[in-house]
Amino acid sequence: MIRLVFTILAGLFLGGIVHLVSVLALPRIATQDAYSRLAPMTKLNAVTTLPQPDPNSAPLPFMDPAFAVAVCRYDLSGGPIKLAVPVSQAYTSVSFYTRNELAYYAINDRSAGRKVIELDLMTEAQHAALPEDEDVTAADRLIIDSPSLSGLIVIKALAPEPGLMAQAQGTLAASSCKVQTEPMPAKR
Amino acid sequence: MRLILVTLLALILAAAVGLGATWTTATRGTDIGTLTIGAWTARPRTGTADVDPYSRASIARSGELPVGTGDGVAFSATRDDRKQPLDGRCDVLVSGITPAARFWTLTLYDARGRLVANSLQRYGFTSQEIIRGADGSFELRVASRSRAGNWLPTGGIERYTLVLRLYDTPVGVATRTQRDAPMPSIATVSCP
Repeated sequence: MIRLVFTILAGLFLGGIVHLVSVLALPRIATQDAYSRLAPMTKLNAVTTLPQPDPNSAPLPFMDPAFAVAVCRYDLSGGPIKLAVPVSQAYTSVSFYTRNELAYYAINDRSAGRKVIELDLMTEAQHAALPEDEDVTAADRLIIDSPSLSGLIVIKALAPEPGLMAQAQGTLAASSCKVQTEPMPAKR
Repeated sequence: MRLILVTLLALILAAAVGLGATWTTATRGTDIGTLTIGAWTARPRTGTADVDPYSRASIARSGELPVGTGDGVAFSATRDDRKQPLDGRCDVLVSGITPAARFWTLTLYDARGRLVANSLQRYGFTSQEIIRGADGSFELRVASRSRAGNWLPTGGIERYTLVLRLYDTPVGVATRTQRDAPMPSIATVSCP
């Protein structure tokens, strides 16, 4: 009898460990997460407009149908990414996610404060390698550090009325996301 | 022989308990970091880098992308103010005002996060589309049959989720009570 109780207690204790490990591991082993769903339908280091969600098909669950959405799936191993998003009339936002859907940064048109949201996305190592001279500050671009080498940039433009959806999609079509091609200035 | 049996039993129990608990928390969610105002629940921390592991697991499982904090915050409701599950065959009245935000959208989803088919192709309202009273408050009817005023069709499905997303809003991680964020009430008016 005592042995059975001990067995059950040991089982529960091990169960707790299994639970903790599996919760922590789930974001890494999930096969139907947002990145995996978007990977086949998006281009790498380029802006892809997602189809509007409808009852029969949606790229992701719980998408807001009032928004036009585009995704830039990035990989920073080839260098930093330059992102430029023209601001639509109503509301535009850019959100950054790591490969495991950690939302590490988001900005909207008002906090960006101008007609085009311009951002440089790079890893911390690439950021550290930037020369610290006036040229970089003069460029006056916002630099975002990505905690991971790959991930998703989600660009959203609101259509406050259904008739404005075409305009919102136009905003996304005019946005660009590309690997910085000019050679990085050497560190002095 | 007996030792093997006992060890096996303990291991089976561990797997069942551990994976069962993970499955439950990943599908139903936990109360960690939740902000509940009336019938509405939000997890503002899912939009930041310090999201809790349970929320991360449930995000990875469902395949959704959380709304980033610099973008906005999403409140969801699956029950009305009296804790009754939202039923698509009933008439539900969503009324009141919303917290300060530049825009908001209210969308109806089925349990798996898909939009619900209807002849109007209306899946939700934006703050700009909705018709308001003189005092700025609104009344929205969520029902399967057409209603006057703001009508959000349910398609007659049994269970649904309402998601109210606030964009460019001060509501977020620091929000605690109804006073900071006055959310609309949800009342089931009548059921067939």
